[in-house]
Amino acid sequence: MNQVPLLIIGAGPAGLSAAYRAAEAGADVLLLERSGKAGGQLVKQTHKFFGSEKQFASTRGIHIADRLTSRLEQLPGRVTLLTDATVLGIYEDGVVTADISGTVQKFRPSAVIVATGAYEKTLAFPGNDLPGVYGAGAVQTLMNEYGILPGRRVLMVGAGNIGLIVSYQLMQAGVHVAAVIDAADRIGGYLVHASKIARAGVPLLMRHTVVAAGGSEEVERAVIAEIDEQWQVKPDTKRTLDVDLICVAVGLSPLADLLYQAGAVSRYIAPLGGHVPLRDASMMTTLDGVYLAGDVAGIEEASSAMVEGELAGLAAARRLGFEGGDTSGLISACLAELRQLRAGPAGGKIRTGLALAGVYA
Amino acid sequence: MNRIENHPILTFPERKEIAFRFNGTDMIGREGDTIAAALHASGVKVLGHHFKSHRPRGFYCAIGNCSSCLMVVNGVPNVRVCVERLEEGMDVRQQDDKGVLP
Repeated sequence: MNQVPLLIIGAGPAGLSAAYRAAEAGADVLLLERSGKAGGQLVKQTHKFFGSEKQFASTRGIHIADRLTSRLEQLPGRVTLLTDATVLGIYEDGVVTADISGTVQKFRPSAVIVATGAYEKTLAFPGNDLPGVYGAGAVQTLMNEYGILPGRRVLMVGAGNIGLIVSYQLMQAGVHVAAVIDAADRIGGYLVHASKIARAGVPLLMRHTVVAAGGSEEVERAVIAEIDEQWQVKPDTKRTLDVDLICVAVGLSPLADLLYQAGAVSRYIAPLGGHVPLRDASMMTTLDGVYLAGDVAGIEEASSAMVEGELAGLAAARRLGFEGGDTSGLISACLAELRQLRAGPAGGKIRTGLALAGVYA
Repeated sequence: MNRIENHPILTFPERKEIAFRFNGTDMIGREGDTIAAALHASGVKVLGHHFKSHRPRGFYCAIGNCSSCLMVVNGVPNVRVCVERLEEGMDVRQQDDKGVLP
């Protein structure tokens, strides 16, 4: 059994930020990451970020990952980062088990921060199980991490920010984007992304859905159609696109299995992406000493995940007795930054979701 | 080959070749590839078939969440090849059943 002051699960933008603030306050941190390297989904984000300078606006995601990781050195508290380390369970006696490079180990942390991120939703349509129907994150992984073409001709399903950004990334890799479709009546993502791909001649078809994927062993075509006011397919509008890739970008859900299993109270809150563990303003779940941060706390963006991570890191460190520097001031600053990031029309959905969750009522 | 050669932002330096077998056929991947990435680069998208419906299976999430990419690797079934690193001499096979542990 290994005693550790603070255990953080997941080394994405939230987990890395939490580790930074907690160690800065003086806490020793064990940061466990299931994949082979830190950075989470930032490692495949080739686009420049918006938002405030504090969250690295105008820096590409791939470089933000490096900066978040490298700033963990030379802090008062020590951060131990282990990769290929998958947490298996958080038990009621406070024990956490993990598979670390093939060996199961037990830990007894004084506080835990769960920063496990999200998983991709999918859509129900005939043929959606054919190889070549890939989630948008999978397409980014193949292209931007491994330098592999995910296909030659793609149908993008979803015109939110992920669908628009990944469409542009596909074009940069030399993939032909046959169309971007969305069942909504308007583009969900930022118009600056949409106009970039529209200018290149890609049709952006609103009120359209994918009817079926066709092919014997893998995707060879996609059938799309317009939908009416009742979201039903208009039969005379069906047409076939010659594609070998259908990229599904229809949103994310919190990856909160560890917290459900541990008994944290969660609730279905659609604007936050699905079942979300409830929490207080300091990011603590209904389990004493177990915090969360980032997409697992409700689907948002990497910038807010970083601030939530800082907040959880500060709150957990304070619980452990580390008040180094100005913890209360930093916590107030994090809360103010989150309010600012969520202000304006683009933050409407998250504000609604958080109000339903009873946070920032 | 399905490797990206020119990219406006990213560079993909040459990586060491890794030899492996897929369904008994010799194949080449690159150091650092996952098994799924190496197969996709060689044009293999079908990683197995569903044990009941026999429909083809590929990956979906590519980060180890969805378990759509299970294959038999060195005789061990149900390996998530989207997160398993390719190693020299690996024997990778499509999985068409629930698998039996060795």
